[in-house]
Amino acid sequence: MTSQHPAGQARRLLRPVARLWQSDLVWSFRNTPYAVVSLALVLAIAVTALCAHWVAPHDPFDLASFNILDSELPPAWVEGGSPEFILGTDTQGRDVLSLIIYGARLSLLVGLASVVFGLVLGVGLGLLSGYVGGWVDALVMRTADVKLSFPAILVALLVNGVARGFLPPEMHGQIAIPVLIFSIGMSGWVHYARTVRGIVMVERRKEYVLAAQIVGRKGWEVALLHVLPNTMSPVTVIATINLATAILLEATLSFLGVGVPPTEPSLGTLIKVGSEYMFSGIWWVTAFPSLLLVVLVLAVNLLGDWLRDALNPNLQ
Amino acid sequence: MTRLLPFMLYRLGQGVLVMLVVAFISFSLFTHVGDPINNMLGEEVDETYREQLREDLGLNDPVPVRFIRFVGNAVQGEFGVSYRNSIPVAQLFGERLPATLELVFAAAVIALALGIPAGVYAAIHRSRPSAQVIQILSLIGISLPTFVTGILLIYVFSISLDLLPSFGRGEVVDLGWWSTGFLTASGLKALVLPAVTLALFQLTLIMRLVRSEMLEVLRTDYIRFARARGLPDRLIHFRHAVRNTLVPVITITGLQIGSLVAFAIITETVFQWPGMGLLFIQAVQFVDIPVMSAYLVLIAFFFVVINFIVDILYHAVDPRLSGTLSDGSGKGMP
Repeated sequence: MTSQHPAGQARRLLRPVARLWQSDLVWSFRNTPYAVVSLALVLAIAVTALCAHWVAPHDPFDLASFNILDSELPPAWVEGGSPEFILGTDTQGRDVLSLIIYGARLSLLVGLASVVFGLVLGVGLGLLSGYVGGWVDALVMRTADVKLSFPAILVALLVNGVARGFLPPEMHGQIAIPVLIFSIGMSGWVHYARTVRGIVMVERRKEYVLAAQIVGRKGWEVALLHVLPNTMSPVTVIATINLATAILLEATLSFLGVGVPPTEPSLGTLIKVGSEYMFSGIWWVTAFPSLLLVVLVLAVNLLGDWLRDALNPNLQ
Repeated sequence: MTRLLPFMLYRLGQGVLVMLVVAFISFSLFTHVGDPINNMLGEEVDETYREQLREDLGLNDPVPVRFIRFVGNAVQGEFGVSYRNSIPVAQLFGERLPATLELVFAAAVIALALGIPAGVYAAIHRSRPSAQVIQILSLIGISLPTFVTGILLIYVFSISLDLLPSFGRGEVVDLGWWSTGFLTASGLKALVLPAVTLALFQLTLIMRLVRSEMLEVLRTDYIRFARARGLPDRLIHFRHAVRNTLVPVITITGLQIGSLVAFAIITETVFQWPGMGLLFIQAVQFVDIPVMSAYLVLIAFFFVVINFIVDILYHAVDPRLSGTLSDGSGKGMP
């Protein structure tokens, strides 16, 4: 045991941070202004949404907190607006800003959950397909071909419709969100499966895999512990772009009235409900959630674009 | 061409398999959801009569027999009666199909007529500010969800300016079983906003595709050689470059027709356009099984046919592809 100088210890602790700061990825990030802006926006929206309970000025679920007299107020800077409700109120007197914060939370959670579901399914099938090969590979890849020939929105809609058809109508309200996550995830797994399979086909012939097999590791151990980590960087890129698509699909399905139940605020349901008031001149209930949706999706997409270029030196 | 035939047969087989799987899902929807006898007779009819009817309708037959009968009916366009509208599904689809096809046709024309020239322009004059404005606009266009575009257009053109109707098809003229909105002024006015909404995303997609293909072509040796020969720019761009750009564009546009039909579901809901998509969404909300399962079979058939044609075209146009399978991805954002 050697005694440590406090400054030396601090430097040692900071070393991994410094190494990360100087890594190629972070260097590329620091030198790509749009990536920095996008990440800042996404983080700001995500943190605000996750802390909705503390951040939102009003609670849209608390019936006692809103007053019908405050209904249909325009945003604060428009004539007739009130500083208490910065983005105005809806027809029930609920604060639009708070609704959007809670809405973004639900949209992000559904989006993330669908990405995780699609990722686990896709990576699992890709790994199985690439590592086992044979008829399993043929079955998975032909299914993927078929799935890819349909647009994501159609797959999500059809899966959602069929799932609703199979479940008794009285259960629709409670299980709407799991069904939504399932249907969005089902529309996104193929990209993971194809990419992972491609990498696994190359990796499994390499010497380290052979070495692991000779040592006596079981097939699934080799696949999960040795091959899988090599697929992570393209999977990260796909997951990021997939998140943008998933958020958009959630909003679209909820807008169409087959996603999140209308009583729960998500960005899609807010836009749907708001668009019905638009004809009486109340534009703000639908405009602000739409704006947030577009900004969020654009930022996640730009982040995904940057990540793809930064992690794939062949593209440059 | 000798290698095309086995490939065609393979794809045909795959298409038939997909249709059988979809038909089975659609069939299971029917059998899973309740007893059709209850829907037909209500609760208070005597049990022996129920059993008799069940036997007559073949509901006691084994599943494979019922499935074959279902497929036989489906091939003839027999899907039963809509629970919600109480008319045969085939008749309902016949009324709604022209609306969707006209919308998709108008959107495809707009997307192609504006997308291709804009893409060519942005590629040729890539450093001009106007081309960069087009590029930025296309990024925004690709990020705007279809329903947000629709709401925005309704707000500007129907509510604020009061120029165009925000819902419905306007007046339609019946030509035999086909009802068209193309022949009346109100029909055409009603078509503008939905068609633009549906076209916008495809327009930006086509524009970006044409631009990147064109840039690729402009970098090739034969274009450089044409420049070295001293040919005028106009000739190089429009005679040599555009032609080669359009081959992939045509095939991808073919695939995008499928995606237009899918996105029409959203556009039709925003504008209450009485087409197939709106019918399907309402069927999902009301769990109208006959309509849902018929739509499922029909849309799957439509996509299988489109993909089959596009795949054959790919292989006929580009001999380098023989032996490989294209994924034919119709990916995109709603």
